[in-house]
Amino acid sequence: MTVSPATVDSSISPPLLEASGLSKTFGIIEVLKDISLTVRAGEVHAIIGENGAGKSTLMKILAGNHQPTRGEIRIDGAAVSFSGPVDAEDHGIVLVHQEILLSPDLTVAQNIYLGRELRKGLVVDDQAMRSGARQAIVDLGGYIDPDTIVSRLSIAQRQLVQIARVLLVPHRIVIFDEPTASLTPHETEALLKVIRDIRAKGVGVLYISHRLPEVKEIADRVTVLRDGRLVGSHDAADLQPADMARLMVGRDVAKLYPDRHAAEVRQAVLEVEGFDVPGFARDAGFTLRKGEILGFAGLIGAGRTELMEGLVGLRPAKGKVVLNGHPVSFTDVHSSLKAGVAYLSEDRKGKGLLLTKDLRVNLTLASLGKFIRGLQIDRKREAEALDRAIEDFDIRTGTKNILAGQLSGGNQQKLLLAKMMMLDPQIVIIDEPTRGIDIGNKEQIYKFIAALAEEGRSIIVVSSEMPELIGICDRILVMRTGRIVGEVQGEHMTENEIVELATGVNAGAVA
Amino acid sequence: MSAATTDTARVPKTSRDWDMAAIAPFVALALLLVLGYFANPNFVSIANLTNVITRSAFIAIIALGATYVISSGGLDLSVGAMVAFVASLMILFMNTGAIGDPMLMLVAAMLVALGLGAACGLANGLITTVGKIEPFIATLGTMGIYRGLTTWLSQGGSITVRDRELQQLYRPVYFGDIFGIPIPIIVIFATAALAAFVLYRTRYGRHLIAVGSNEEVARYSGISVQKVRTIAYVVQGLCVAVAVIIYVPRLGSTSATTGILWELQAITAVVVGGTALRGGVGRIWGTVCGAFILEIVGNIMLLSNFVSEYLIGAIQGAIIIIAMLVQRSLMRK
Repeated sequence: MTVSPATVDSSISPPLLEASGLSKTFGIIEVLKDISLTVRAGEVHAIIGENGAGKSTLMKILAGNHQPTRGEIRIDGAAVSFSGPVDAEDHGIVLVHQEILLSPDLTVAQNIYLGRELRKGLVVDDQAMRSGARQAIVDLGGYIDPDTIVSRLSIAQRQLVQIARVLLVPHRIVIFDEPTASLTPHETEALLKVIRDIRAKGVGVLYISHRLPEVKEIADRVTVLRDGRLVGSHDAADLQPADMARLMVGRDVAKLYPDRHAAEVRQAVLEVEGFDVPGFARDAGFTLRKGEILGFAGLIGAGRTELMEGLVGLRPAKGKVVLNGHPVSFTDVHSSLKAGVAYLSEDRKGKGLLLTKDLRVNLTLASLGKFIRGLQIDRKREAEALDRAIEDFDIRTGTKNILAGQLSGGNQQKLLLAKMMMLDPQIVIIDEPTRGIDIGNKEQIYKFIAALAEEGRSIIVVSSEMPELIGICDRILVMRTGRIVGEVQGEHMTENEIVELATGVNAGAVA
Repeated sequence: MSAATTDTARVPKTSRDWDMAAIAPFVALALLLVLGYFANPNFVSIANLTNVITRSAFIAIIALGATYVISSGGLDLSVGAMVAFVASLMILFMNTGAIGDPMLMLVAAMLVALGLGAACGLANGLITTVGKIEPFIATLGTMGIYRGLTTWLSQGGSITVRDRELQQLYRPVYFGDIFGIPIPIIVIFATAALAAFVLYRTRYGRHLIAVGSNEEVARYSGISVQKVRTIAYVVQGLCVAVAVIIYVPRLGSTSATTGILWELQAITAVVVGGTALRGGVGRIWGTVCGAFILEIVGNIMLLSNFVSEYLIGAIQGAIIIIAMLVQRSLMRK
């Protein structure tokens, strides 16, 4: 394995971009220390690291959003200093944001040209922008009508529009910040193809991702960051995903998924039959057993989230639901929580936690009734509950007075889990439990999920990450366009079988 | 800027920054008192100050209710008209002479006012929550309705308490004092203390802030968003009723123009007090402070000679903008 950046950097062509000794200090905290890396034309250079390793800060420095405290950036050997993102763009460095930053009410063409509209005299030249937008998307290997309103597009389509918008700027280096975080395997594959095409044009690509198999697939070189320091830059060919994980975490991550002994068949706690969520799910039926972890796989838009939201009373729905032998019908979350069914939303920041409130308020929000003494909330007991939750769920925070929005994604998920477990639910439905969470925290969350099942609770995991479903579930149900189309368990729990069911086509033919 | 930056930009770095924003209105009030002293030494006399604070009572009490509505993510433009409407009906009730004993009559009239206020608030709440109409539009509508009904009841003129004895009995509620403290001031602080207790210490208060902070998170946590919001409007209606109860004895009458633009003054007091207009943060004592600031600025202008008192509206307008700028800069840190 080649390790030092110097040895890697021995190719003949001069690097397109060279960063040396970059450091960044916020206040007294040094978030980046002495980072050096190079990007050559026509390569994909992946940056990996746990949350808080400094990847985003590094990317923001390279894209002109932050100034480095120390260190130097050279383009074609000439030192540059960016006054802002626009300045970086003028030097040909563009950034594709992780989040979709499009105006939902404008059309595809209007979004792509937003802020740099083409004009004919005093009026905007819609015709030219329309054809320009159509071409830009075709260049990326897709087709979207440029007159479509963005709010009608799927997440993957929006991302394509966003990439088209960014690539409209003359560019030599494109930075992708976790572009596949909310994509299904198929959409990811399509995106990787787009990136390969960009690379083929001689553009340098910086690629940030948590998904190591995907990094292995796309990257030519991999740079690992840990705690704001450079661990090393390697040729991707020399690393397996397991090596990457070990370098990121700094220890062996031998097993990501906890050991689970095959649960004996126990009594059903939840039986669902002929359940409809109008517009999203039809005629769903399944049984959840005590102590079981049941997975829900499917493409985004297959109706998994909506089915769960319908079950717990967040959406209008009808059908037969039997809980512990008694028919139930939940019209709001209050009633489902009371019955012992908790749902953790996939949208942690938007639906799970109050980001501008502190940890204590978030922890007890769903279970305030337990903290009432007389007319008042007992803040002392709340504080004790927070101490316990921090301990039990290993929520890593310097101070307890921090706001929920300041926690890392992994710790936010732990807090959300702790919040729902305050109610001691019998059934826990977790939607995308590890989305955007680094590998160390992932491992912990899997352990928590397994432990909850061990305690005799029944768990439903909705996830778009098939390895995680296969790794932790006893059985997996697959949904396609609103229907449960199949169940896999035992040796049939493979990505191929799931993809086949999820797409309705033979997986071999698609890949 | 990726997810992380946009988030941290919106989220203050520590909870201490919020405290700075909470202290700011009180610092402003202290500065005003100093300024007032230099403008006219008589300004800081006990007599003048109790006078000023007494006059701020109506706006302060209404603004306490507005703090609830705004914290929950709502808005109520109808409060000024509601004052006129509830006051008119209250006086009309007293004028029916349905109850012979004046004391009983007075108590009954107060209860009628509270009931009417709660009903008006409930109407606002249900229209916005169950009817799902934007609070701005919904309460713009009820503002017209309450004001129009008042004009109709008074036939464009005024409605006066006819019974002399009743009027005499009622007068001390505005003009009286307990141990030298004017009753309206006691009412302000008592109402504020109750409002603060409910907002900061009870489950309902916590739910209100959660709903205003992020409606979806509240819903996914099993909180009934509609119920919490509706109750906030009822609280607003009750606060309007309390304001009416101390307003009516002041003149013993009300007219079609009573309470005009009070809704804007109440919102100003809330915002100057540090409550975020987008919801999720409620500052009861800040609101009281904001109401005092508005009244004191007017008083200083009257007592001093360097600015015409006709400019009061302009100065109050400037205050709201300055308050927002100060808050913004405090939160950025």
